[in-house]
Amino acid sequence: MINIASIFLILIGIYGILTTQHIIKMIIGLNVFEVGLNLFIISIGFNSEGIVPILNESNKISDFVDPLPQAIVLTSIVIGFGLTAIALLVARNIHNKYGTYNINELGGKIHE
Amino acid sequence: MKKILALILLLSLAFFAYQYINQDLIAPYGQAKIDQSVSSSYVTQSVKENPGFIEYGKSENLELGAANAVTNIVLGYRALDTLGEVTVLFISAIGVSIIINTNAGLFKRSRSGFILRVGAKMTLPIILVVAVFVITHGHLTPGGGFQGGAMIAAGMLLMALSDPDFLPSIKNFKILEGISGTAIVLVGLIGFATTGYFLSNFMNTGQIGHIFSAGTLPILYVFIGLKVGSELTNIITDIVGKEATLD
Repeated sequence: MINIASIFLILIGIYGILTTQHIIKMIIGLNVFEVGLNLFIISIGFNSEGIVPILNESNKISDFVDPLPQAIVLTSIVIGFGLTAIALLVARNIHNKYGTYNINELGGKIHE
Repeated sequence: MKKILALILLLSLAFFAYQYINQDLIAPYGQAKIDQSVSSSYVTQSVKENPGFIEYGKSENLELGAANAVTNIVLGYRALDTLGEVTVLFISAIGVSIIINTNAGLFKRSRSGFILRVGAKMTLPIILVVAVFVITHGHLTPGGGFQGGAMIAAGMLLMALSDPDFLPSIKNFKILEGISGTAIVLVGLIGFATTGYFLSNFMNTGQIGHIFSAGTLPILYVFIGLKVGSELTNIITDIVGKEATLD
C-alpha cells in the first residue's frame, strides 16, 4: 500500500525537521517529506490494472492510469530541486560565517 | 521534551491522514477509475468538443494531438502552470548565483585522471544525442523537456568533473537560457494573438503518433529542454567556478 507508506515517509520527514539540531539534516528531512508527498500524489491516481498513459498501436485510452497527478508531480519535483539548491547554499553560507551547522550554537553566536 | 511534542504532533497528523484516506473523497488505493476523474476529458481530448474514438496513427486534428497524455496536460491544459515552474527554476538559478557570490567556485579544483578524461569525452556525444531524442520525442514517448534538460546538465557535469576548465570556457549558456525563455513566452503570445488564449495550441495538430504532430507542444518542449539544460548548467558553473584559474 504505497499511500500508507508515503504517509509514513511524510511523518518521518516532519519528525526529522522538528527534532534535529543540524541544518543539513533538516534539509534531508525536507527532502524525505517531499518524496513522501510526491508518492502520495502519484498513489491517488493509481489503478492496479492501468497502463502508462501513452497511446500507441496496441493500447486503449480507457486502460490508462490518471495522468493528472503525474503532471502535478513533475512540477513538484522541479520546485523541490530549486528549494534544495537554495537551502543547501544558505546552509553553507551560515557555516562560513558562524562556523557551525547546529542551530542551538548558532543562536548563541548570533546574539553575541 | 521536544521529541515527545513532535511525536504528539505526528500522531495527530497520522490520525487526520488516516481519516482522509478512509473517506470517499479519493478512490481506494489501486481502484482510481479514469472515467470518474477530472482528467477523463484531458485523456480523451474532449474539453472543448468530443472527437469520438481516438485511434493511434489515424485520428487527425485533435484538440492537442500528443500521444503522451502527460505532455498534453503539462504543455496544453496546464501550460501556464509549466511557465510558472520554469520561472521558479529560473529564480532558483539566480538565487544560487547571488548566494554563492564568488567567481572562484566552492571546491578546490584539480586535474582528473586519464580514464575519466577520455571516458567523459567519449560518452558526452552519446548523452547529448539521447537528450535531444528525449526532448524532441516528448509528445510521443516518456520524457520531455525537463528530463532531457536534466540529461544535458548531467553531460555538462561529467565534463566539469573531468576537465575543470571546460565549463568556465563556455559563456553562451546564459544567452541560450534568455533566448529560450523569451521564445516560450513568445509562442504563448502568438497563441494569445491568434486564438485569444495565452499559450493555446494555435497550429494544426496533425496525425496523432506522428513526429510532426501536436502543433506547438514539441516546439514548447524544445525550448523548455534548452532552458532547463542551460539553467542547470549555470548552477553547476556557479558551483564549479566561473574563472579558469587552474594551475
